[in-house]
Amino acid sequence: MEQLGTHIAQATGATATVRLGELMLDTTADKLLALLTFLRDDPKCLFKQLVDICGVDWPDRPKRFDVVYNLLSLRNNCRVRVKVQTDEGTPVPSAASVYSAAGWFERETYDLYGVWFSDHPDLRRILTDYGFEGHPLRKDFPLTGFVEVWWDDEQRRVVNRPVKLAQEFRRFDFLSPWEGAHYVLPGDEKAQEKGKS
Amino acid sequence: MADVEIKTLTMNFGPQHPAAHGVLRLVVEMDGEIVERCDPHIGLLHRGTEKLIEYKTYLQAVPYFDRLDYVSPMNQEHAFALATEKLLGITVPERGQYIRVLFSEITRILNHLLNVTTFAMDVGALTPPLWGFEQRELLMEYYEGVSGSRMHAAYFRPGGVHQDLPDGMLDSMEGWIKQFYPFLKDIENLLNDNRIFRMRTVDIGVVNAEQAVDWGFSGPMIRASGLPWDLRKSQPYDTYERMDFDIPVGKTGDCFARYLVRVEEMYQSARIMEQCIKALRTVTGPVRVDDRKIAPPRRGEMKGSMEALIHHFKLYTEGYKVPAGETYTAVEAPKGEFGVYLVSDGTNKPYRCKIRAPGFPHLQALDMMTRGHQLADMSANIGSLDIVFGEIDR
Repeated sequence: MEQLGTHIAQATGATATVRLGELMLDTTADKLLALLTFLRDDPKCLFKQLVDICGVDWPDRPKRFDVVYNLLSLRNNCRVRVKVQTDEGTPVPSAASVYSAAGWFERETYDLYGVWFSDHPDLRRILTDYGFEGHPLRKDFPLTGFVEVWWDDEQRRVVNRPVKLAQEFRRFDFLSPWEGAHYVLPGDEKAQEKGKS
Repeated sequence: MADVEIKTLTMNFGPQHPAAHGVLRLVVEMDGEIVERCDPHIGLLHRGTEKLIEYKTYLQAVPYFDRLDYVSPMNQEHAFALATEKLLGITVPERGQYIRVLFSEITRILNHLLNVTTFAMDVGALTPPLWGFEQRELLMEYYEGVSGSRMHAAYFRPGGVHQDLPDGMLDSMEGWIKQFYPFLKDIENLLNDNRIFRMRTVDIGVVNAEQAVDWGFSGPMIRASGLPWDLRKSQPYDTYERMDFDIPVGKTGDCFARYLVRVEEMYQSARIMEQCIKALRTVTGPVRVDDRKIAPPRRGEMKGSMEALIHHFKLYTEGYKVPAGETYTAVEAPKGEFGVYLVSDGTNKPYRCKIRAPGFPHLQALDMMTRGHQLADMSANIGSLDIVFGEIDR
């Protein structure tokens, strides 16, 4: 697997790492299509099947999104994972021209994260409701959402209205303060200030 | 005679339609009876499972997997359990592995019984579902026996399975398998040479091997197109490498081949069940890891041991922390490759849990499969895809 990684890295300029027995490649958006085509067609790789595309959100990074491509080679019986970093505004080239299966996976990533894919044949929302606003899997999107559907008796139809919670959404913090919680515990602010001065 | 201009008709199919297998909405462009283009609209059953899992501990995430593809719950728990175990770096005891394989195969039969029989119903045969559901009911009793629940079992957990099998279950299963072979023969007798069934399925929705790979097919869909690819053989997990079974491969890649592959897989699953039962009679020991930081203690232990009580409390409130890392782990679910891409940031909750449902790329290819076919063939195609919206919409 390391051999395959160095082979790909030498040919395409991507960074290859092996962790937990899984091969990962980091690349940039402009080199992505060349890398995917290489992985598909190179006789040592033959990753002919696109298994999955998904996004991961890291809000603290300047380029907050990872777009992760999982590829499978039936011939060599191995998998590889390709990662590209991007942000809300920068589009990633669509892989639909390399793999037919990419179309819906990219629509899903666009829908849930708001990652743009350039040259996508049909970039519409796919999983969320008609007329939905926002990108629900971003870390800054609340679990409860912003709107809820409601039957409006006067208009005689179902309408969206802002979420009203009967009880505040409770998020328990289970990270033990003795094992290195990296934030100030509620009520501990004064102790922190004392420690500084 | 003046030229007649033919306009295509845009037709809406579903989301409430018995042949749509759930809440599938299709916008179909028709030229007479011929489908020019079909655009599946999905997401009508979207529940935000992936988002919810990010707010739950690893153990609390397990039941969500039952509710994805609700006809093959345990296989999906299996994928999540394997992914979490990989990040935790633990191995399940042998007996636990055998029980998992046994129940994975029961689940496969459950799923294929549902699909094969309702597929027959889609194309006009009503007897197979009536017979098949009786067998499904019997299998669900085993689900109930080990987990207390007929469908949403939450039985496979990271670290093993929740409990050992109850007494007498293995004997009962052996009896069930004995009567299952003749039952499958009956189903085959009903359908294999049935003129109507063949007319509706042979040469319908043909997918060749190249297309199957390009469109991300897996499971029975890729095998029906002639590729002998099965994760249980090629990337075996748990005790599958010790099992002796064959992979059926279709020749034609049409709806009929997909039906035949699924029926043959049921025979093979029953074979694997037999081997598991045989092994489970000799292999004894724990069914989950003996690590109190991951597997909660038994109820009896908690009555007398303070530590057990503390562990129980900690595991069911805080859960366990999973070392930072990421993995893509896939299992051969009845519908195809079911994968979990799990990213952990070292806390007690998954940072990201992407669920790769096999039905998603299969349904995407419906447009490719159905173009140029008649409208009635579309429901045959949908039936042979084996789609369940719980997993596609997540």
